[in-house]
Amino acid sequence: MAVGQNVLRKEGVEKLTGAARYIDDIALEGMLYGKTIRSPLARGLIKSISFDTDFDWSPITVCDWRDIPGENFVALIENDQPLLVARDVRHAEEPILLIAAESRTLVEEAASRIRIEYEELTPVLSIEESLDCREIIYGDDNVFKRFLIARGEVDEGINQGDLIIEGCYRVPHQEQLYIEPQGMIAIPTDTGMTVLGSMQCPYYVHKALKQLFNLSDEQAVVIQTMTGGGFGGKEEYPSMIACHAALLAHKAQRPVKIIYDRAEDIAATTKRHPGVIRHRTAVTRDGRLTASEIDIVLDGGAYVTLTPVVLSRAAIHALGPYRCENVRITARAVATNTPPNGAFRGFGAPQVAFAYEMQMEKIALRLGIDPLELRRINMLKEGDITATGQQLRWSVGSEDVLNAAVERSHFREKQEAIQIERASGDSRKRRGVGLSFFFHGAGFTGSGEAKMKARAGIEITDQGRARVLSSSTEIGQGTQTIFCQIVADELGIGFDDVEIEETDTSRVPDSGPTVASRTCMVVGRVIQLAAREIKEKIKRFAAELFGAPEIDLMEGRFVEGGKVLASFAEVAREYAAQNGKLKVESQYASPMGVEWDDDSYSGDAYPAFSWGAEVAEVEVDMDTFEVSVLKITTAQDIGRAIHPLLAAGQIEGGTLQAVGYGLTEELVWDQGRIVNRMLTNYIIPTSMDAPDMETVIVEKEYPHGPFGAKGVGELPMDGAAPAIAAAVLNATGAFVSEIPVTPERLMMIHEGTRRESNED
Amino acid sequence: MSDEKKPDKQGLSRRGFLKASGISLSVPLVLNYRMVKAAGAEVKVLGPGKAPIQLTINSKPFTAEVEPRVTLLEALRNDLDLTGAKRVCDRATCGACTVIMDGKPVYSCSVLAIEAQGKKITTVEGLMQGERLHPVQQAFVDNDAQQCGYCTPGFVVACKAFLDKNPNPTPEEVKRGLGGNLCRCGTYVGVRAAVLQASRGRKGGQRG
Amino acid sequence: MSGNSTAHSPRSLDEAYEILSHTAAKVIAGGTDLMVLMNARQLDAEEFLDIWRIDELRGIADEGDALRIGALATYTDLIRSPIIQKYAPALVAASRMVGAVQIQNRGTLGGNIVNASPAGDSLPVLAAYDAELEIGSRRGLRRLDFNQFYTGYRRTALEADELVVSVRVPKLKADERDFFCKVGTRRAQAISKTVMAVKAKTENEILEWIRVGVGSVAPTVVRAYKTESLLAGRAITADLVEQARQSISLEVSPITDLRSTEHYRRRVTGNVLARFLREVIDSDGAGI
Repeated sequence: MAVGQNVLRKEGVEKLTGAARYIDDIALEGMLYGKTIRSPLARGLIKSISFDTDFDWSPITVCDWRDIPGENFVALIENDQPLLVARDVRHAEEPILLIAAESRTLVEEAASRIRIEYEELTPVLSIEESLDCREIIYGDDNVFKRFLIARGEVDEGINQGDLIIEGCYRVPHQEQLYIEPQGMIAIPTDTGMTVLGSMQCPYYVHKALKQLFNLSDEQAVVIQTMTGGGFGGKEEYPSMIACHAALLAHKAQRPVKIIYDRAEDIAATTKRHPGVIRHRTAVTRDGRLTASEIDIVLDGGAYVTLTPVVLSRAAIHALGPYRCENVRITARAVATNTPPNGAFRGFGAPQVAFAYEMQMEKIALRLGIDPLELRRINMLKEGDITATGQQLRWSVGSEDVLNAAVERSHFREKQEAIQIERASGDSRKRRGVGLSFFFHGAGFTGSGEAKMKARAGIEITDQGRARVLSSSTEIGQGTQTIFCQIVADELGIGFDDVEIEETDTSRVPDSGPTVASRTCMVVGRVIQLAAREIKEKIKRFAAELFGAPEIDLMEGRFVEGGKVLASFAEVAREYAAQNGKLKVESQYASPMGVEWDDDSYSGDAYPAFSWGAEVAEVEVDMDTFEVSVLKITTAQDIGRAIHPLLAAGQIEGGTLQAVGYGLTEELVWDQGRIVNRMLTNYIIPTSMDAPDMETVIVEKEYPHGPFGAKGVGELPMDGAAPAIAAAVLNATGAFVSEIPVTPERLMMIHEGTRRESNED
Repeated sequence: MSDEKKPDKQGLSRRGFLKASGISLSVPLVLNYRMVKAAGAEVKVLGPGKAPIQLTINSKPFTAEVEPRVTLLEALRNDLDLTGAKRVCDRATCGACTVIMDGKPVYSCSVLAIEAQGKKITTVEGLMQGERLHPVQQAFVDNDAQQCGYCTPGFVVACKAFLDKNPNPTPEEVKRGLGGNLCRCGTYVGVRAAVLQASRGRKGGQRG
Repeated sequence: MSGNSTAHSPRSLDEAYEILSHTAAKVIAGGTDLMVLMNARQLDAEEFLDIWRIDELRGIADEGDALRIGALATYTDLIRSPIIQKYAPALVAASRMVGAVQIQNRGTLGGNIVNASPAGDSLPVLAAYDAELEIGSRRGLRRLDFNQFYTGYRRTALEADELVVSVRVPKLKADERDFFCKVGTRRAQAISKTVMAVKAKTENEILEWIRVGVGSVAPTVVRAYKTESLLAGRAITADLVEQARQSISLEVSPITDLRSTEHYRRRVTGNVLARFLREVIDSDGAGI
C-alpha cells in the first residue's frame, strides 16, 4: 500500500540536485526580456507618455493598451481589471506599458527613457476612507460585494444572554512571498500562443490568453514549469503576467520572458485582504453563546478580482467552530486605490479566525472562565449546526483535535507552572501559553464544486504504466506524490508504476484551480474514481484473457486463487494492442445531500470541514517587548493523511506563515505605494525565528474523500496568530486586538494597560 | 515527472526549451588584460567591456567573458548554465544563491565573478557523488526537507558547509547556523532534522 | 547599467593608494553592502577597486594594551579569534549578530566602518571601546579616533584617496566589563532597531566610568556622553538605573522609519541600558 506511507516525493531529487528547471532557469534562442512600466501614483489620469528621442528605440518592442487584440481585461470573475491602463490609473504599480529587448541591461536602459505624465486624483487608501464615500471609486458606495448570513433571532438571543461583549479586531495585508518570483515565457507559434511559467492554475491563464487573442482552446497552450511556491499568490496574478509576455511576444514575434524582480513582485502583486472585524456576542454567565453579531469589512484593493470569493469564505467562517443559535453576519468588501488583494492560503479565514478566537479570549477574560473550558462549552460537534445552517454529519474531529493539542502540549501543566512562576515575582522575561481552536471548509464554497465539475483522468502508457492526467499543479505541497499514491492503491499497482503527465493544457483536462484545499479531497477523489474505472476495465479484460473470472489486481500483478497470472504491464500492453489506448476521464459530483442555496446564503457551505487546535508557548522580553515563540503544538483533523510526512510539512509550513502573520509581517505604505519591498524589510521568519513544532494528525475519515482525506493546505494558516496573541495575553496581560503583535504595538498596549490599571 | 519526451503539437517539450547557453569547458584562456603602472608595479585592470575570466567550479575549469561588474551568481546562471543557485532577493538576504567558496558558504549574488577567480567554488550541481546523492541531499530526501524547492539548492549547499565546519552540532547550533537561508514553505523543521541526520555519528533517525 | 565597467585588483596597499590617487574607483571588499546597492541599481559605479587581495589589510594582532584589527578582517575572523574573544568579547557578540553566516564570511570590519550605516552592528562596540582608526593614502598614514570618524548621516572623515587600513581596539582589562545588545527585526538577517555596546569599570557597586555606544538611534552611531557622565562615579541603585534609563531615552535622537518608531527606540534604548546596569548589580551581588 502507498497511501499512509511516506513514499519518496516524485520530484524530490530533481529539486535537490539543482536539475529542476524553473522558469528563470530557461533560456530560449532569440528570446527577449520583457519589463512592465508601472504607475507610481495610486490614482490619476495619464496625460502623456513620451519616449526619449535621443535613445535608439529600434531594438525595443513596446506595447500599450492599443496593442491588445481582444478585450483589455484580465479574465476572472468580472472583467474589470485592465491588462494595461489606457487612461485611468486606479492603484500604484498598475501596468501601463510593456517593453522588451534582447538583454536585461538594454530593457532597463529603455525603461529609464520613458516619461509618463499624470493628472493626480485624490486616492482612497483605507477601509475608513472607502466607507466614508468622500471619493467614489466603485459603483455608488465603493462596496464591491455584500453578504448576509442570518440564523435564528439575534434580538432574542441577546435577551437570553447575561452579558454582551464587544470586540473590534484588525488584520493586516500579508505578502505571500513565495521564494520564486513570478515569471512567464510566451512563445508565439504558428497556430497561436504557448505560455510557460510559474503558476497554480494553468486553466486560469488559458482562459485569459484565449480572451486576449480570441484563441480557441487548442490555439492557447499553457504549461506550468516547476513552481517555487504559490500560497495563493500564483492563483490569479500569473494570468496578468502571461498576457503581458504574450502581448510582447505577439508583437515581436519572438519568445519573451518576464521575470519579476523581488521588489516589483512585492510592490505590484496581490496580498492577503486586510480587514476590520467587529463582534458583539451575548453570553450566559456559565459561558454559553446565545447570540452573535459579526460585521466584516475587507479591503479589496482597486479591482474586484477574487474578492467576492474571499469575502464569502470569511463570512462563512466568521463565527468559528462554535455553536450559536442566533447569528447575524454581515460582510462587505470595499474598493481602495491599492493593488488588488487576492488569494492567499486561508482565503479570508485567517482574518476572521484571529477575530473569533480573540473574541473567545475576551469572553473568557470577562466571565472569568478558563479559555479552554469556554471552547469546550461551545464547540461544534457531530450533528451540530453551523452559522449557515449546515448540519455536521460526518468527519467532525473537533473534540479530538482539542484534546490532542491540550494533552500533547501539557497545556494545563504549563498554565499552572506559569501561574506559580508569576506569583514568585516579576521577571523581565515572561512566559505565556495560549490556545486556539479553528476549522476550515475544504473545497470550493457552496455550489462551487458542483458548478466547476472538476475533470481528471488516467491513461495507461505504452510501457504499461499509469499516468495521471490533471491540471492540479505541484507547487511544493506534494500534488504529484499523493496523486500517484491514490492511483497506486486504487488500481493495485506499485507507486513507482504511476507517473504524472506534464501540467500542459494541451495534454491534461481542467481539474479546476489548485486552491481552496481542494486538490486532495476533490481532484484526488476524481482521480480515485478514474482509477477505479480503469481497474474495472482492465480486470474484465484480464478475466476474459485468462479465462479467470475471479481474477484480481494486487501490487501490480493479476492473481487468481493465489496464483500470479501476469503483471499489470503485460496485460496493459495486451489491452492496448487489442483495444487501443486505455484512458479514462472522470468528473466530480457533489456527494448526495450536500446542498447550498446561493440566494439565502445557507446550507452546506462545504462538503466537509478540517479541524484544528493549537497551543503556543511564548516568552516576552519585557525590556524590548519582543515575543519569542518557543513551541507550537498543533493537532489537525484532515480526514486521512495520504502522506503523513507531506501532510506534516503542510501543517508546519502553514503554521510558520501564520507565525509571521501574527508577529512580524506588515507592509508599510506611503501614498498607496508599498515601501518595504525587500526581504530585509518585509519580515518573514528565519530558521532562528521558527519555533519548535509538534504536529498531531487526527484522522476522522471523510466518506467522500479519497481514502477518507479532507483538505490540509489552508487549515494550518488559521490557528497560530490567535494562539500567539492568547499566549501574549497570558504572559503580559496585554490584550491584542490587532496583528501583527510587533514589539512596537505590544509596548503601546502595555503602556496603555499600565496606565489604565493605575487609573483604576 | 515523466522523463520520456513526447513531442507536443508545437514540437516543444519542457526540456526541449532548455538551452545550454554556451558552456565552454577548458577553452584555452586568452588574456587581454590591460596593465597599468602603479607604484612601480604592473596592476591588472579588467575592462572596460567584457573580460575573460576563468573559474573553478565543482573541480572543473570554466571560462566566460563577463563585464567586471557581473556577479558570480549571474555568471553561473547566465554564462555557465549552472542554474541551481537561484536569484531571489539579489540583496544578500535569502540564501537561495549560496555557494561554497574556498570552504565557506557565501552569497553568490554578492561576489563579483572576477573576484571568484582562483577560488574553489562548489555549487549544488557539484554535490552528487557520481550517481549517489550527497549525504546531506539524502537526508533532505529522507526528511522531506523541501517543498517548492526554490530555496532548496542554496539551503542544501549551506547545510553542507555548516556540517563541514560543525560535524556534531546541537539543535540550537543548527538553528543559528542556518539563519542565512529563508524558506517560505516553512521547511525549517525538516531541514533541522535533515542536518542532524546527516551530522557525524547520527545514522537514520529521520522523522516521519 | 552601462556596459563599460572597469575593475582593479591590486595586491598591495601602495598599488591601491596609487589607483585611488588618480581615479574615482569605488572601493569594494567583501561586497556585502556594496553589491546590494549595485544589484538594486542604486549605485552605478563604473570603476571598482577590489581590495580583497591586499594581504596587508588582514590580520588580527595583539599589540600590548590594544588589538590591531586589519580592515579586511571578516566577522567570521573576529568570531574565531581567541584574542578578540578574550579582549573584546562585545565585538564577538556583535559579529555573531551580523546578518547570517554567509554575510559573516564576507563582510569586513573595515567595510562596516566605511559603509557608515547608523545601524552597523559592530560600530557601537568600536564607539564604546574608544577605538582608533588607521587611515592610509599615498600621502601617508594618519590616525583618527573612531568617535570622530562620522561627520553626518552616511558621511565620514575619509578623503577620496584614503583607505581605512586597520582598527586599534584597546583591550578589555580584568577589572572592566563590556556588553552588547542588538534589538532587531527578527533573530537572523535582521537590521537593528536599536543596538548598544557598553564598556565600563566597576568597583564595589560603584561605576567608575562607563562608555555607551548606540546605533540606529541617530544619523550616525553615537556615544551617550550625557548619560555616561550621569553614571560616572556613582553607586548603582534602582533609582540611578531609572535615571539612566530616562537620560539615555532623551539623549538619543531616533526617527520613525520602516523598522521601528521613535517612541519604541527611545524607550527600548533606555531599557537595554537598564538591563546592563541590572546585570552589573546582579553579578556584583548587590541588591536593587
